[in-house]
Amino acid sequence: MSAGSGLPRLEGRDKVTGAARYAYEYPIEDCLYVWPVGATVASGTVTEVDATAALADPEVVAVVDHTNAPRLRPAVTADELVLQSPTVAYRGQVVAAVVATTLEAAREGAEQLLVRYVEHPHKAVLDPDDPDLEQPETTNAGFPGTSVKGDVDAALAAADVAVDHIYTTPPEHNNPMETVAIIARWDGERLLVHDSNQGPWAAATGYGMLWGIPADQVDVVTEHVGGGFGSKVWPTAGAVVATVAARVTGRPCKLMLTRQQMYTMAPARTATRSRIRLGARRDGTLTAIDHDALQYSSVIHEFVEQTGSATRTMYASDNLRIRHRLARLNLPTPRVMRAPGKTPGMFALESAMDELAYALGMDPLALRLRNEPPTEPATGLPFGGRHLVDCLRAGADKFGWASRDPTPAVRRRGRWLFGTGLASAVYPVYQQGGTATARASPDGTFDVSVAAVDIGTGARTALWQAVADALGVPPSRVSVHIGRSAFGQSSLAGGSAGTASWGGAVRKACFELGRRLAEHGGAVPVDGLEVTADTAADQLPPDHARHSYGAHFCAVRVDADTGQVRVDRLLGVFAHGHALNARTTHSQLLGGMVMGLSIALCEQTIVDPRLGLFVNHDLAQYHIATNADIRGLEAHSLEHTDDDVTLVGGKGIGELGIVGSAAAVANAVFHATGVRVRDLPITVERVRAR
Amino acid sequence: MTDQLRGEVVLRVNGVDRVVNLDNRTTLLDALREHLRLTGTKKGCDHGQCGACTVLVDGERANSCLLLAVAVEGRAVTTVEGLADGDELHPLQRAFIAHDGFQCGYCTPGQICSAVGMLAEVAGGLPSWVSADLVAAPELDDDEIRERMSGNLCRCGAYAGIVAAIREVADG
Repeated sequence: MSAGSGLPRLEGRDKVTGAARYAYEYPIEDCLYVWPVGATVASGTVTEVDATAALADPEVVAVVDHTNAPRLRPAVTADELVLQSPTVAYRGQVVAAVVATTLEAAREGAEQLLVRYVEHPHKAVLDPDDPDLEQPETTNAGFPGTSVKGDVDAALAAADVAVDHIYTTPPEHNNPMETVAIIARWDGERLLVHDSNQGPWAAATGYGMLWGIPADQVDVVTEHVGGGFGSKVWPTAGAVVATVAARVTGRPCKLMLTRQQMYTMAPARTATRSRIRLGARRDGTLTAIDHDALQYSSVIHEFVEQTGSATRTMYASDNLRIRHRLARLNLPTPRVMRAPGKTPGMFALESAMDELAYALGMDPLALRLRNEPPTEPATGLPFGGRHLVDCLRAGADKFGWASRDPTPAVRRRGRWLFGTGLASAVYPVYQQGGTATARASPDGTFDVSVAAVDIGTGARTALWQAVADALGVPPSRVSVHIGRSAFGQSSLAGGSAGTASWGGAVRKACFELGRRLAEHGGAVPVDGLEVTADTAADQLPPDHARHSYGAHFCAVRVDADTGQVRVDRLLGVFAHGHALNARTTHSQLLGGMVMGLSIALCEQTIVDPRLGLFVNHDLAQYHIATNADIRGLEAHSLEHTDDDVTLVGGKGIGELGIVGSAAAVANAVFHATGVRVRDLPITVERVRAR
Repeated sequence: MTDQLRGEVVLRVNGVDRVVNLDNRTTLLDALREHLRLTGTKKGCDHGQCGACTVLVDGERANSCLLLAVAVEGRAVTTVEGLADGDELHPLQRAFIAHDGFQCGYCTPGQICSAVGMLAEVAGGLPSWVSADLVAAPELDDDEIRERMSGNLCRCGAYAGIVAAIREVADG
């Protein structure tokens, strides 16, 4: 593979030498260690936290529970309101924390706590017949919970060909390599944190809301982050515990969740169940699309995965119905994981499209080309650049799709069955307003500050290039400063919007600085020149449907005896507008595809319904793709410009690569074996269950 | 914690003897990160499941989260901070940058230490699970690299770059 043509990462040397400092790694004097303790019942009330044994150890400084924790105020979800009440809404919810002078003593103290409960009945199964299902008004990201166009039932009844199947995805955990980590200190009413998050400004806002102080009284430093994938978008329950411990003890406190604690003290992706019904005329023209999506939230907060949101925009149909239903379970509130809604929803829709293609006796590529919509199906909005067909055609060429024999289960060599499949990808364009500051110094150098964060996306490097480009100076004269909430209101690294949002703000600041410099005749005053720009008013009007697009082509081999699936090739073609850095863009796309392959074949958090327990809560039992699972990986970017997209001319890339990739794998498995696996992950027993 | 559960330990890290007073339960990983301020070695799972904490002990790769610090006294520990020769990066460090073999960078020190140890294993003739011939000198093709590096998880999915980086160094 080629690393692409962009500049290498600015922090590359620091990351390969171990010099790059992550949140937990700052040398803070007199720092205490915090070990949170999770509930051991799925529903109930804490009746006693007996800390006698723990406090007998002189190295244990404090034990905090709901009886002695300071009061917090509602912020983003109820999960973050730690230690505020004796009520337990799910197993693993924080019920206490042990604070000690050593990590070992904190851990042992946590073991020695005696927490007693009154247990209540709980519910931990996502059941379509659950009598208490809710019909939410809206989903995450502001989509309507239900939207209907035309008469879907009549169109399905009248369709020449129809398919009707249920697709499920399990709970999945983001599992960034660096778990939630924080060092928290109080300086009077100011909170200072070194924090692992996906947006220092959002973190400052979140901690500020919880503590009832303005965001500018929270100083968040986030220089390097060991991955997020959605799990660090807002302060997590685990991280908030450290701020509580610091408040109680009056000393700096550090906390790093264990991998096991990450399964309940940090967010995850909900399980989903999508019933997809498609109706078509004999020539493949879709006449009805129905997506009925079921997912869960906790009993303490409503979070509705936008599972049906991609179905709103993908294929033309006069009759379109998308519904979301929500179960309330005694599990942690699920939150976003890479491409929320799109990842499980497109597994369902793109699998169903493959099934329809077989039902019609039609090539799945041709079926998609046949149903290209002139405007966005659910909204009627014109597209702000639609490149799905370009991606599908280019991918088909590169992959060699034209020579494919669609017959399933006929390519066998030795014990291996071979097959290929494709699926589409889509991700909306998001952009947020924010501030950035650009400063010119008399020595000819420039400093630009923005409360951005580089969670591995390459944002730091891309912004550096964007600044040099906007100022028209060599990058060597530019320093970019990110990772501090003190740099002002700014976007998250979320919704694939980070780099476009931050890039828009830094460009505006640089252009303004250039104008101011011109007013000075091009000379920099002795004190330097500084401007701050805000892009709040520069956002795109909601007059177009703007998305990135992609197409995945997958080749698998399946062991005819064991059912083991190996992906031999996964090729993606993507249309995402201008890439600020081709190298890191390429890596982001590949990374998304790897995670898509991983959820296709490996990932599932298993719930024990009797205990309300995430059973496989570590990396030995929750499998993610390893190096040996990845071969034949290719990501290609299509050259195109969409002038009315973001302020930097690009669309989001961080989540595009994961969308649809699991369906491409599943469709290839069907082609290889004749077995349609509609439940992720595609494990051996599911392939063998024919 | 009573004093009998603590003690002075001499750790030889990156060629330097370091004396630390440790709780006997302290892992090598926590000794490096919390006591010696060598935070290049990362904690990803603390259970030997992810490889982020990989260091070299007497030249062999090891999960430092699974070793008690007191148990490595007298052995030579090399961490990611000890790989470069002054300002001159180790060839694998250079190659990881050149091939963008990381994104968030959190697994990277473990990946690089693991690759150093792995190349020594290959040079020593050790076969892997995918080696066709368990006796002959191993041919380090991409499948061998992937197999031998699969104890080091990368959630960003930088595996293609990691393989390319190791391939370049292995090929000289």
